[in-house]
Amino acid sequence: MTVPPDTAVRPWARAAVGRVPTPPAGPARRQRRPVTLIAAGCLVAALLALPLAFLLIEAVGSGTAQVAQLTFRGLTAQLLWNTVKLTVVVTALCAVIGTAAAWCVERTSLPGRRAWEVLIVVPLAIPDFVVSFGWSSLWTWVQGFRGAVVVLTLAVYPLVYLPVAASFRAADPGQEEVARSLGVGRARTFVRITLAQARGAILGGCLLVAMVMLAEYGAFEILGYQTFTTEIFSEFSLSFSVPAASALSLVLVLLGLIVLAGEGLARGKGKVSRSGPLAARKLAPHRLGKATVPVLAGFAALTALALGVPVGSAVYWIFEGGAHALAGVTLPTAAVTTAGYGVAAAALDTVLALPLALLAVRHSGRAHHLLERSTYLVLAMPGVVAAFALSYFTEHYLGGIGYQSAPLLILCYAIMFFPLALVGVKASLARAPVSLDEVARSLGQRRLAVLVRVTLRLAAPGLAAAFCLVFLSVVTELTATLLLIPTGAQTLATQFWAYESNLSYGQAAPFALAMIVIAAVPSYVLGRFFNRSAQAERMIIT
Amino acid sequence: MGATAVMVLAASALAACGGAASGAGTSITLYSGQHEQTTDALVAGFEKATGITVNVRSDDEDTLADGIVSEGSRSPADVIYTENSQVLEYLQGKGLLAHVDAAALARTPARYNSPQGDWLGVSARVSVLIYNPSLIAADQLPTSVLELADPKYAGKLAIAPQETDFQPIVTAVARADGQAAALRWLSAIKANAGPHNYPDNETIADEVNRGTVAFGIVNQYYWYRMRAEIGAANVHSKIAYFAAGDPGYVVDVSGAAVLKSSAHQAAAQKFLAYLVSPQAQEIIANPAKSISFEYPIASGVTTQAGETPLAQLRPYPISVAELGTGTTAIDLMRQAGLL
Repeated sequence: MTVPPDTAVRPWARAAVGRVPTPPAGPARRQRRPVTLIAAGCLVAALLALPLAFLLIEAVGSGTAQVAQLTFRGLTAQLLWNTVKLTVVVTALCAVIGTAAAWCVERTSLPGRRAWEVLIVVPLAIPDFVVSFGWSSLWTWVQGFRGAVVVLTLAVYPLVYLPVAASFRAADPGQEEVARSLGVGRARTFVRITLAQARGAILGGCLLVAMVMLAEYGAFEILGYQTFTTEIFSEFSLSFSVPAASALSLVLVLLGLIVLAGEGLARGKGKVSRSGPLAARKLAPHRLGKATVPVLAGFAALTALALGVPVGSAVYWIFEGGAHALAGVTLPTAAVTTAGYGVAAAALDTVLALPLALLAVRHSGRAHHLLERSTYLVLAMPGVVAAFALSYFTEHYLGGIGYQSAPLLILCYAIMFFPLALVGVKASLARAPVSLDEVARSLGQRRLAVLVRVTLRLAAPGLAAAFCLVFLSVVTELTATLLLIPTGAQTLATQFWAYESNLSYGQAAPFALAMIVIAAVPSYVLGRFFNRSAQAERMIIT
Repeated sequence: MGATAVMVLAASALAACGGAASGAGTSITLYSGQHEQTTDALVAGFEKATGITVNVRSDDEDTLADGIVSEGSRSPADVIYTENSQVLEYLQGKGLLAHVDAAALARTPARYNSPQGDWLGVSARVSVLIYNPSLIAADQLPTSVLELADPKYAGKLAIAPQETDFQPIVTAVARADGQAAALRWLSAIKANAGPHNYPDNETIADEVNRGTVAFGIVNQYYWYRMRAEIGAANVHSKIAYFAAGDPGYVVDVSGAAVLKSSAHQAAAQKFLAYLVSPQAQEIIANPAKSISFEYPIASGVTTQAGETPLAQLRPYPISVAELGTGTTAIDLMRQAGLL
């Protein structure tokens, strides 16, 4: 079976990618078309397209006139402004903070680097809505736009820090040395060489931040800040208004496409190539000198704000909160349920990501690239859309089989967080040299055996990173879980939410701490992986 | 090849694990939009009294109702219990509800039940103003909900238009003054509320109490619930009633219904009957048991929460049928840009 380039992907995916790299002219060696991989990849892409398919079905079902009326109303403009304003400001702040912190840790004589490396990343383990709970439950000024900027920046800057730090670590130090030796000043060298080398990583991090901002719900709900996603959630829950929610979701998808396309365009311009092999040679760190104290103070402040406030607030409420416990599930039960869902979804995603990652890394080509790229779109979709899509399809096509069951919820997680797994799996496969596969095959090993014994083994650390990233996201997922969770079950996030929305802060706090603890383990693993990753720039979507 | 094999395995695992748990006649599934503490207390009482197990699914009541509609005849739910009558009216209009046993309906005043007899009123609440005396004096508060449109309240008012509780007020205003006036009124209060347009009533109560905003419209029990959660020492707000008969002064009814599709009709009806039994109504009446602070409505039971008794309230005269499904209110709020 062959897949013609333009039927394998939807037209919007092409729009997302913008410029498409042309396949290398004349492969050096005839390669068999990887039919199984392509079939598997198409299946996965089809699965990932379910939420969009659902939105289109709903939109078509309610008629163009109604969709237009629901889309072009006063509220849409307001939501658009709210969403875009916040996304731009937070992404910019994260880019600055993440890059500055990464440069200080990787390239300067900052005292206590090893400790900062961990402390700077740990906030990634704190769910965004726990951060906003922490801030807004203590201070009334933390709400609206101002609150959202503060809280979300502190919650998501590690998404920029991680890839940028890895990129600084792996970058070719020779270029800076050459620039300096040619008489280029420090500042110009920093901008022209250092930042340029990290450009891909910075953009990749910004892309993740922007996508998170588009899809975030819980944090904004707590802060009383209205974005597309909060409104989509209320439309889905209020007033039997699935068409209105779908219309708004389509606008959000469009925003996601614009972000993806923008990132693709920005990335396409100018590239810094590196010469020679990946030498683990290190530059002598820049001396901070008199700046040491202010920089240290900056790091301490960042840690206090991003880590100290949410954790401190949770601890405070445990001691200060009221005492009306719900009869709901206990903390250990919720923790086990949450971890179970997380492990299952992470394992499923790591497996699902393999075919597309293999296609992208080993058989690069226009169609494969688009196929892979199309799957990133789910990141911009609120979880509630994926959840509604799955209940819709099970109700209409499977006679309700699996409805409100754990496997369906796990499948929903797998769809929502697939791009995170893909990023990690791709990067790790890129690290496993294809020549080793070829050697193995020349020694008579079968394809599947080669995949399992050679490729996957070499890619193991990256697979673990992909697994952790998905696990982390599942632990803190809220909106899809509320819809699809089996009757009677609770995750840490849903139980936290039940308490928090009843103002039972004292009962909510232990669940917040449990989420932080559970998520801290994979975050630490992730941090290690990014630090070690030699080909950092390939980590993020390329 | 490996990946496909695993996916096929995963798919078959999904199929195998499907199917919701359904008990053998001794268990029912309850979709509950009520506050979890209240539901928990009532369910515990019912299970103890009857030995029937209740699986509770708690979520927003509109989400649950939408779920029931799309689940159709396959709905896992036997009973739905909501905070507001509109959702029940909506399901009744779709023909999804079974008749409630006459004996249960007879326990409560007819005006709190479905006129068609397809759902049962369980408890009631009333809309009030919550205000922070350090930001606005009691005599500066509006006595009519229509005055909320006055520009002098700009930046002082908090609303939660996405809450189902807000719809009855809009419906009442539209009924009293007509839809055009209601729309102008909504546009004006949207402007007055500005950034204090909150996702829910708990947030209004919390923000008024903390002094972020001067006053807001909530149902009375949110103030009492907040006081129970944070302790009387931390309460810096009060509640005030509108003038007698004002369209802002509306009684909302929380109710329950049995689904036509339920395979456990007898057990489900038993649950409804329990909700209006003296034991259950006492649980609702007693804040120490349920933190409900809603008004019990079965005859012979009165609230022990120290609030103005239901019988002494002078609300706007509007029936549950007139409150309807709330679609008119939602349309008006859409036009005003509140939704």
